[in-house]
Amino acid sequence: MTLTAWIPLFALMTSMIASVVIFALPEKGYRLRTGVNLGAALVKLALVVVMVWGVFRGVDYGLSFTMVPGVTFVLRADAFSLMFAGLSSVLWLLTTIYAVGYLEDSPNRSRFFGFFSLCVASTMGIALAGNLFTFFLFYEMLTLSTYPLVVHRGTEKALKAGRTYVIYTLTGGAVLLLAIAWLHGVAGDLPFREGGHFTDADPDIQGSLILIFILLVAGLGVKAAIFPLHGWLPQAMVAPAPVSALLHAVAVVKAGAFGIVRVVHDIYGVEASAALGLLAPLAWLAAFTILYASVRALWQRDLKRRLAFSTVSQVSYIILGISLFGPVAAVGGLVHLLHQGIMKITLFFCAGNYAETLGIHRIDEMDGAGRRMPGTSLAFTIGAFGMIGAPPLAGFITKWTMGSGALAANMDWVIAVLVASSLLNAAYFLPVLHRLWFREPAAGWPHERRWGRLETSAWLFWPPLLTAVMTVMVGVLASLPFSPLSWAELIVLREYSS
Amino acid sequence: MTLWLMAGLLFTPLAWAVLTLLMNFAWGRLVTWGGIVVQVLVSLGLWLIVSRDGGFYYGLGGWQAPLGIELRVDGLAVTFVLLTAVVASACGLHAGVYIDPDKPWHRYFWPLFWFLWAGLNAVWLGGDLFNLYVGLELISLSAVGLVALGGKAGALRASIRYLLAALLGSLAYLLGVALIYGQFGTLSIAGVVFRLEEHAVPAGSGLALALMVTGLALKTALFPLHRWLPPAHGIAKSPVSALLSALVVKASFYIAARLWLELGEPLGSLAAAQLVGLLGSAAVVWGSWLACRQLELKQVVAYSSVAQIGYLFLLFPLTYSVSESVSLQAQQGVTLQVISHALAKAAMFLAAGNLILATGSARVDALTGVSRFLPFSLFSFGLAGVSLMSLPPSGGFAAKWLLLQASLGSGQWWWLLVLLAGGLLSAAYVFRIYRASFLESLETDEFYHPPRSLEVIPMVLALMAIGLGLVSAEVLSVMALPFEEEGSP
Repeated sequence: MTLTAWIPLFALMTSMIASVVIFALPEKGYRLRTGVNLGAALVKLALVVVMVWGVFRGVDYGLSFTMVPGVTFVLRADAFSLMFAGLSSVLWLLTTIYAVGYLEDSPNRSRFFGFFSLCVASTMGIALAGNLFTFFLFYEMLTLSTYPLVVHRGTEKALKAGRTYVIYTLTGGAVLLLAIAWLHGVAGDLPFREGGHFTDADPDIQGSLILIFILLVAGLGVKAAIFPLHGWLPQAMVAPAPVSALLHAVAVVKAGAFGIVRVVHDIYGVEASAALGLLAPLAWLAAFTILYASVRALWQRDLKRRLAFSTVSQVSYIILGISLFGPVAAVGGLVHLLHQGIMKITLFFCAGNYAETLGIHRIDEMDGAGRRMPGTSLAFTIGAFGMIGAPPLAGFITKWTMGSGALAANMDWVIAVLVASSLLNAAYFLPVLHRLWFREPAAGWPHERRWGRLETSAWLFWPPLLTAVMTVMVGVLASLPFSPLSWAELIVLREYSS
Repeated sequence: MTLWLMAGLLFTPLAWAVLTLLMNFAWGRLVTWGGIVVQVLVSLGLWLIVSRDGGFYYGLGGWQAPLGIELRVDGLAVTFVLLTAVVASACGLHAGVYIDPDKPWHRYFWPLFWFLWAGLNAVWLGGDLFNLYVGLELISLSAVGLVALGGKAGALRASIRYLLAALLGSLAYLLGVALIYGQFGTLSIAGVVFRLEEHAVPAGSGLALALMVTGLALKTALFPLHRWLPPAHGIAKSPVSALLSALVVKASFYIAARLWLELGEPLGSLAAAQLVGLLGSAAVVWGSWLACRQLELKQVVAYSSVAQIGYLFLLFPLTYSVSESVSLQAQQGVTLQVISHALAKAAMFLAAGNLILATGSARVDALTGVSRFLPFSLFSFGLAGVSLMSLPPSGGFAAKWLLLQASLGSGQWWWLLVLLAGGLLSAAYVFRIYRASFLESLETDEFYHPPRSLEVIPMVLALMAIGLGLVSAEVLSVMALPFEEEGSP
């Protein structure tokens, strides 16, 4: 075995080891814990960068062994895994910084950061999994390690949300397991492969394949929060802000979306999925979720809940993109995996800042907050405009690519969905921005807190600004190599050419 | 060499038992420590030899079959010997710290513990029906004694009930053995198989098998014969509960499984196989449901055993008139389930004992806020729970995967529903415990930190249960070793 075989494992182990170390550290070991956290995040980021460079040049990073008779455990880095791994490792670093500030002086930090690292390890495993079995392993680990974070505050409400979360995700996991076991019985141990395995599938198993596909999407759709399986996500917003930010906006829902993309692209293959008549219903479902959740978002008065419904809507863009059966639309869907993550984490960071600094939770309390917290509000504004799809921000790139993809694939109705969704996005974000910048503040903030020289603690101040800058950069510099857009094009090129 | 090791596994525990009988608790503990080292080394030695050379078969004591003592060891038996060594020594070490030495009757813990171990080894290594019966009785009687050590009035009541169930089970089994002897003139399982190959199936031998399996099912606490188990396992001292749930019920199941695999095809029937599977499924559902409703922590764990035992009985339908490869998958899955349940359940009972020690109450709602203290034991409990919920990468998951494949492969899709629903139901009771431990309350809690040694032991077992899934291919490869039928009649 050479070093290239071990790098994916190292990347996985960094956060796993960090987690064990953090659990072992005493509650008071604040500096050491922060050091371990940030150190592991940096090491992991470096490993991912190494792999990105390697995969770009065509190096194969992989490791596998037989786990259960007939089934192998495979870790493998391909272009698509690195997209997700890159997203989670960049944002892990920022969220760790944010969480250190956010949880200052609160109890149970050792427990929090331990499980937090474990979550990121699971995300990494999901990204690097080389077959459905390995994917499932980390997918369930993600469920287990997020539960303690959702219920972190220990209130009745948090526990109730945790219960909903677990019921949804474990049931989804059981359905997914059934599908994976069935597929294994029908077709054996299938590694993820560009172009899929069923291009010329035996007509005898087509019926089973269709059923298995439905089960797979149903199982993965719980985490991807596809309608009608999205009910857990708004409830889970009781978790602390860094958890909502990284896990619910990025890791958990993306794990589901990532899995669906894997199934369509690397197990069934786009052509086979289309030939089996599976893509069109998936596209309709995604389109409906986009519109439905946007409409629901309009009525939410709690800021985080509005953002949660926005997440439900935005994640379905990814699924819509890959189910349009055309390379350009697929690029739009894949690139949104990164874009939505960066934009949404900005918004959640900002929501956390408002809540921690001023005690603002509801939208009608936000009047004039822009003057009190200009930096945070600027970041929020950029994130919101990105979501709406204003050029030249990240969201614009997504919507533009997807729109041209839809036209190329002769699916004009998608344009209508995109336009409607953008209008709805504007309808639920612009009033918030209006309140932030153009309304007079109320007499006093619900629960204000002074925190250093800046408008809030420096730990909380810089991460959203950084992600806001990234939102601008990935849009402006979209045509450079290694930008999310170019990387998505690389993935799609490899998928469609094989 | 192998013979000596096998004899050592049977007779040295008996020697320790007699030795500790003569001592007080503290000296007994010292002897036990020594004994554990010897036992583990011998078990490991046998495992190494068998994994190198394959299985062996002996007639012991100069008596040849049909009446003599037969010993056999194959990959499966030696795996269970090693499992017993791991779990029993963990429980023994834990008990040495956990059990209060000042109560005078506690000194009987050690001899009973060693008799139990000897009985277990006798069952794993026994080759003929009568010696299996002797081993089984040794196990049952010492297990009943261990339950009665709980000291409270409830413990006595539970142990009497357990004794009655065990005796009834033995009676049914013995009746079956007598019928077999009457019909085949031999007590060796290999001998019966040999004769069945030559001659037609004698009338009524199906009844003999049914009687033996029913008796063993009663001892294994298969639904609806499970009522004796939760009181006995719930009220015993935690290390005892761990031994009982992890190993004792597995011994009777092991015999039932061996009988079924050797004699099931000729003597059993499809209806019987499906019926046993159905009862197992009912156990999974009913046991999990009751586990969700228990107020006391250890009762939750005990009912969870009833549910987990149910999975084992899926072996019957999944090996009856199916293809060779499906049958192998089912056997492998059940073996993994036995091992992972033994490790996870022992970890869980030991951890539960620590948690009860820490909170000073046996109730589930006393766990409120426990996770704040970040106790090691809660972690061990949680990790063991992962294996019981059969989530990856635990041994429980690998077992479930193989059973799913076997159900799919044999077209018996209805067991899929049981396997999936069982996982969700077990999540319901495991998450109930997690939930209690994450709840924050305003009351100031008293929390006593148990000694580190008590906390480390369940953690080791839980980690083994989790890690088993990753190495299950290696574990199963030892099991699949060829068995050399030396001296078979």
